[in-house]
Amino acid sequence: MIRAAAAAVALCALAAAPLWIPGGYYLNILSQILIYAIFALGLNLLVGYAGLVSLGHAGLFGVACYAVAWLVAAGAGQLVAALGALAVLLATTAAFAVLSLRSAGIGFLMITLAIGQILWGMAYRWIDLTGGDNGINLAARPQPFGISLAFATPFYYFTLIVFLVALASVAVFIASPLGASLKGTRDQPRRMSALGYNVWLIRFLAFLFSGLWSGVAGLLFCYYNQFVSPNVLSLGSSAEALLMVISGGSGTLLGPIAGAALVVVMKNVASAYIERWNFLLGAIFVAIVLFMPEGLVPGSARLGRRLWLRLRGVPAAGGAR
Amino acid sequence: MSALAIKDLGKSFGGLRVTAGVTLALEAGERRLIIGPNGAGKTTLFNLITGELKPDDGAIALFGRDITALPTRARPHLGLARTYQIITLFAQETLLHNVTLSLLGLSPLRWSPFRRLDRQAVLIERARAALASVGLEALAGRPLAQTSYGERRRVEIAMALVQQPKVLLLDEPFAGLSVDERKDVRRLLASIPRDVTMLMIEHDMDVALELADRITLMHFGQIVVEGSRAEVVAHPRTREVYFGS
Amino acid sequence: MNQWLLLGVNSITLGGLLFLLSAGFSLIFGLMRIPNLTHGSFFMLGAYIGVSFLGLGLGFWAAALLAAAAMAVIGGGIERLLLRRLAGQELAQVLVTLGLSFMIADLCLMIWGGDPISLDTPAGLSGAVPIASIVFPAYRLAIVVIAVVIAVALWLMLERTRLGAMIRAGVDDAPMARVVGIRVSRLFTLIFCLGAGIAGFAGVMGGPILSVYPGLDADMLPLALIIVILGGTGSLLGALLGSIVVGFLYNFGQVLFPEIAYIILFLPMLLILLFRPQGLFGRHAP
Repeated sequence: MIRAAAAAVALCALAAAPLWIPGGYYLNILSQILIYAIFALGLNLLVGYAGLVSLGHAGLFGVACYAVAWLVAAGAGQLVAALGALAVLLATTAAFAVLSLRSAGIGFLMITLAIGQILWGMAYRWIDLTGGDNGINLAARPQPFGISLAFATPFYYFTLIVFLVALASVAVFIASPLGASLKGTRDQPRRMSALGYNVWLIRFLAFLFSGLWSGVAGLLFCYYNQFVSPNVLSLGSSAEALLMVISGGSGTLLGPIAGAALVVVMKNVASAYIERWNFLLGAIFVAIVLFMPEGLVPGSARLGRRLWLRLRGVPAAGGAR
Repeated sequence: MSALAIKDLGKSFGGLRVTAGVTLALEAGERRLIIGPNGAGKTTLFNLITGELKPDDGAIALFGRDITALPTRARPHLGLARTYQIITLFAQETLLHNVTLSLLGLSPLRWSPFRRLDRQAVLIERARAALASVGLEALAGRPLAQTSYGERRRVEIAMALVQQPKVLLLDEPFAGLSVDERKDVRRLLASIPRDVTMLMIEHDMDVALELADRITLMHFGQIVVEGSRAEVVAHPRTREVYFGS
Repeated sequence: MNQWLLLGVNSITLGGLLFLLSAGFSLIFGLMRIPNLTHGSFFMLGAYIGVSFLGLGLGFWAAALLAAAAMAVIGGGIERLLLRRLAGQELAQVLVTLGLSFMIADLCLMIWGGDPISLDTPAGLSGAVPIASIVFPAYRLAIVVIAVVIAVALWLMLERTRLGAMIRAGVDDAPMARVVGIRVSRLFTLIFCLGAGIAGFAGVMGGPILSVYPGLDADMLPLALIIVILGGTGSLLGALLGSIVVGFLYNFGQVLFPEIAYIILFLPMLLILLFRPQGLFGRHAP
């Protein structure tokens, strides 16, 4: 009941955001948060629910990004370009999954890191195809049903709709039998085989689903910036996405969204005051892994509870007036 | 036709031969007890039957069908289920969810990404009934991590039974249980329908012997003696294996 | 003809540098079961520290040795102060090394700036050495010689000393090594000191060829990763062979297929992953 009410309030706040958020700059930041939240939702399917930590997901985000920009530059219509990009994305994701699912745990992490680097290398060095360091410009944002997305507000609503679809699809998946099977393969893969489950195929399907949302986020990111460069596929970008997932709390539905908000806001604030975003990114990473491995949201709650208990349990000197 | 027929099964780890030329045939509905000292290769034999280990040579057939090359995951679908000596359950989940997962493993529903698992009333009722059959209905909603060792043993058995296996492998179902718990589990195993073929590893002879029709004694990866209870107990090799000669 | 030969020499030189990078990476992986994602940073930070020592007026080799010592302290400190707190949690350890790599990269940018710094070839080695009728750059030959010396020293250490025997036991079976009384956690610190030290030394030594620049760490780390996947974890011979393969692929790829050279680099790794996941000489699959 309370959760339904909270969800309704959050939804209303998001829907009315252009009314209460002052100016296009902040609305654009909110759009960015939603785009990265979609990315993090996708990555969390693997990290949180399959127990497979990928350090190459920026590659999938970037492939969709590049594919749509390249197709539009090659003269394809926006719809064809978007569908073509998704096709390229799914093919890449399938190959990515087949290679990396030969392993789990640390091996999986290493292979995804290596494949992510290959994709980055392609973007950076295969200049004929990708323009190298110069990247590719996207001439214009698409106009779904004739509605222009050129301005902040319509683009925000477009992103919000995609975000809600992503969130709903992940929520449905997690509560489904297949979602429960996936969590089973995370906790006891061998037992799951003995119970009659095809562990590899379950992981493969989860990987495709994860890749799909990561790529859709990449697509939106390309529309948002109207530009794509190799930086999008870098290890730093993969690490950022992973930070969103684990900082918010991996394996929870809303954690990655909170993580995305946290990272995007910090990145924007940090870049306004200090230059050293990467240092901060690394420091937060280390701090979270060391002190709050369950994520910032559940972790803060735990630390807060402990503090509260201590305050109540031990009557402070000032308390006995 | 045997329910489970094993022919010349062999397995080595490096140079160590853990199973050698094991041949075993269980008739449908038979209850067979496997005994033998530690390291005799009993659990390895189970792992070979379920496919968790690949045999180096030999063949395994389930109701006349050769399953030697079949992946582990396909075997439960043919009616093979097992429990583990070392408990491997889903610790964060409730007892009901553990048993439901077992049931779901055989259902085509497991591939559905759209329906809600907690709305699958038929599935969940069957899982609940399986928990009730092992006397754990009252704890259905409790996370596994908050249960006792004896309760987990019974969850193991419920997970195997709920799959309605034709051939059931039980790896030391009485290990680590108190006297009272032993009685409960013995009653539970005795109540399994007679058409279920059972292969059981157990060290506690007193409880296990009552349940078994025939006994197989293993030693150093080989079958030493096989026969009825009286035959095995009277056999000179049995004394040799257990007491030395 | 001469151009290909030179390319070959360059490949072996790079292979030597890569061996110094990946030997430590491989041993850390073999012993602790984690890919140390700060290893590229050790290489780069070592090079930058070498730059600063050179700036103080020290000679090249003194700077290189001091940089190696500094890196050994830093590497050991990271293991002692951070990774040890997460003993047994491999994934968390990897994430910490990832976070540290970002911190080190930014720190280097802050201290040494964004422009590439090229180190001068040490005095006396800037010339060329004629062997048979061909003229070889003396410094590159020196790198090869030093890499071979360090490789032999490492090999002797692993095969002939008590410490080496303990490391080998740890690589083969860490729990068993613990049971027979080897203090595996002390080995972890040691191997981190050693790996970081050699990587830092290699960073300085590579300076005159590769120069030092922001992003050097990210360029080197994937190479170490490829080498260890190729050669297998915890195997010196594997690291050596993998380094030479990567050295050749890198240099010849750049000349023959400049656009896709980077992808060619990863191809043998993908093949190995598909057909021999434990690597050519590895004992365990990663």
